[in-house]
Order: sequence, then C-alpha cells, then structure tokens
Amino acid sequence: MISFRLSLDQFWAIVVKDWRAELRARQVWVSMGFFALLALVVFNFAFDLRVENKASVGPGALWIAFLFASVLGLGRTLGAELDHGSMDRLLLCPVERQVIYFAKLLGNVVFILIVQAVAIPIFAVIYDVPVLTPGIIPIVALGTLGIAAVGTLFAAVSAQTRAREALAPLLTFPLVIPVVIAAVKATEALVQPVANDAPWLGLLLAFAIIFVSVGALTFQYVVEE
Amino acid sequence: MKTLDQPHTTTAATEKAQRARWLLYGEIALGVGALILMPIAIWAALAYAPTDAVQGDVQRIIYLHVPLAILPYVAFFVVFVASILYLWRRDQRWDTLAYASAEVGVVFTTLMLVTGMLWGQGFWGRPWDWADPRLTTTFILWLIYVSYLLLRFYTGRSESGARMAAVLGIAGFIDVPIVHFAVTWWRSVHPDTNYLVDNGSSALPPAATFALLVSFAAFTLLYVLLTIQVYRSLTLRRAALELRARAEDAAGES
Repeated sequence: MISFRLSLDQFWAIVVKDWRAELRARQVWVSMGFFALLALVVFNFAFDLRVENKASVGPGALWIAFLFASVLGLGRTLGAELDHGSMDRLLLCPVERQVIYFAKLLGNVVFILIVQAVAIPIFAVIYDVPVLTPGIIPIVALGTLGIAAVGTLFAAVSAQTRAREALAPLLTFPLVIPVVIAAVKATEALVQPVANDAPWLGLLLAFAIIFVSVGALTFQYVVEE
Repeated sequence: MKTLDQPHTTTAATEKAQRARWLLYGEIALGVGALILMPIAIWAALAYAPTDAVQGDVQRIIYLHVPLAILPYVAFFVVFVASILYLWRRDQRWDTLAYASAEVGVVFTTLMLVTGMLWGQGFWGRPWDWADPRLTTTFILWLIYVSYLLLRFYTGRSESGARMAAVLGIAGFIDVPIVHFAVTWWRSVHPDTNYLVDNGSSALPPAATFALLVSFAAFTLLYVLLTIQVYRSLTLRRAALELRARAEDAAGES
C-alpha cells in the first residue's frame, strides 16, 4: 500500500514537472496544434471536399492530421529529455520504470488532447461535418491513448538512434494502423450511422489496453542504462 | 584424454570448434536437401499437378505462394521468441538469431507479396485488392518488419540497439493478429469480401497435395539454411570488428 502511494506521488511529480516545462517552453503543443490545423487545410485541397464526399473523407483527414501531429510532438517530449541528460538523472532516482512510462504517457496524451480540443471544433466548422457530439469524446480519448502508448515507447527508441526523431514515424505508423482504422471508422459512424457496423469503440478500447500493456512491460528495456 | 593441468580455455576452444563443424555439416545437408527438392517442387507445380478447372494455369503459382505465406509467420515467431529470450538471458546469440530470422522473413514476405500479386493479376485481373484482408495484413506485416530492419540499421551493432530491436520484435508480433482483426472488420460490411474463399474445391487432388508438400519442404529447408547463413555471417562480422578493435588498441599502446 505504501509503495503504491509512493509510486503515485512519483508519477504526479514527473507529470507536473513535464507540464511545467512544457507550459514555460511551449515547444510541443503550439507546433503540434498549428501542424494539425495546416494538415486539415492541405487535405481540403488534396481531396477537394464537396458536400457529397466530405462525410466519408473528413474523418480520415482528421485522424491523419492527429496521427502526424502526435508523432511530431511525441518525438520532442522525450528527445529534449535525452538531449539534456535529464533522463539519465531520472533513471538514477529510485523510481520504477513503469511509473516513468505511465507519467510520460499521461503527459503526451494530455498534450494531444489539448490540441484536439482546439482542432476538432475548427474541423467541424471549416469542413461542416457534425462531429461536435458527446459521442466523439470516448473515440478521441481511446484513439489518442492507443497512438500515444505506441508513440511514447518508440519515441524513446528513436531518440537513441543515429536517425533521431526521423525514425519515430517509421516505427510507429505500421504498428498503429489498426488504431487508425478503428478510430476513423468510429468517427465515420458518428457522422453517418451504418447499420450492422463492427463494434469499433470496443476495438479501440481493446487496442488501447493491449498497447498500453506492451508499452508498460517493455519500456524498461528501452531506457535501461 | 583430458588432464587436470590442461588449461581450461583449450577444452572450451575445442568444444567451440566442434560446434562450428556440426553447424557446417548441418548447413551442407540443408543445402543439398534444398538443391534436390527445389527442382522437384518446381516440376511438380508446373507439370505434375493437374490444371485447375476454374483458375487455369494461374493457380500453379499457389504451390509456391502458400509455403511462402506460411514461413514468414514462422520466421517472425522465431524473432518474437528470440527477442524475449534475449531480454531475459542477455545472450548475444539470441539477438543474432532474431536479426537473422527477421532478415530472411522479410525476403520471404516480399516473395509472398510478389507471387500473390502475380496470381491476382491472372485471376482477379488486377494485382492488388484492399478488400482482401490477408493481402492487406501481409503488407502491414511487411512494413512492420522492414521498420525492424531499419531500426537495426540505424542503431548499428550496439547493446542498446539489440534491446530496442527486441522490444520492436515483441511488439510487432503482438500487433499481427490485431492488424488482421482491424483490416478484416474494416471491409466486412462490403458484400464483395468473400471472393477469395475457395470455390468449393476443398479436396485437393493427390498430385496437387504432393506439389504443395514438396514445395513446402523445399522452402522450409531454404529458410533454415538462409537463417543459419545470415546468423553465421553476422557472428563472423562481429568477431572481425572485435579483432580489429583489439588490434587498434594494441597499436595505440605500443
């Protein structure tokens, strides 16, 4: 019980430190948010969204924008930590590796959710797609958790290679394709309900649980020193 | 006859040489076996097996395609198990095995995709169809293990690189059934998904079964042989690098 309380304290300490650093430096979420907005504008021209196809193309454009923006941001949160050597010091502290992973994951999920909270209303207005319903909340939360769980793990991997952040999307994208499929389909079903559709939300939940477990179990081997 | 005053390293070296010799014999046996079986497999696929009533001669590529489709799963399962064993035991040999098996697995997956696309061109009239979940899953599988090789390329031969590759080797294999689920459901609402299902001819004629089995045996031997070859070349390369580093150290000291 005491050790659980201790872990929780350590967890919050890391999360609060990351948020404080991010609020002061504004390295991640400003660039991430602006990137998501730009991606949505570029997609509009790439697909020439008109009234008849926007319901089927819009959700895809939204999730690709989130996926790209997430990987862009995740690379920075761990890259900066490794550059300044603060990760080494964090590893020297008597903290469980799982606690570090969960803290980094929560920090990243919150960064992405903030970006989405701004981007989704803009998307709904400029694409004229009715996604601003309560039903979008679990889809976005679970989809983001799934992407961030894999993204956080492989951001830590790629930051330690010669290729640096350039490798992160190459490792993350193939693994999160199922999450993207489920998230896009769930969002589509929200805009245009389909009879007899697969239970995409359940699938998103299952993916999130599996990916978070894999990340928590293997993160210790990535940051080991 | 071993005596007590004999240095310990000599027996270890002898054992190592013995192991290397057995590995060499094994490789020769596998090579000869593959060399004999491969022409038989090609002959059986092209001439011995009967022409398919529905698909015609295009179906003959299936005799190569099916073994090529099963072996990558074996190869990537070997990567998965060897990665777990490496993280547990920290024995460099498991890491080398994972690397070798991944490399051969990617080559086989590429061949599977190519033969599958040739068959698709002949039977569907187009090489690719996103509606076929097996094709899509295989393509994503290929992407995952190409990214595994890229990671190994960018980390070089370091201990941390081996650890991170093992993490990807584990996560990638766990991802395979998940990908299959997602892409199957992705298209399941469309009515045209069922057209790869066997057209009723579930009982293969004996000649076709023979062609399939010989081909499977030939490719299995080839997989094991290639994996051992890559394993050995990786081990030799590491030994050469270590020797060079030691030589440079010695030159620096004198």
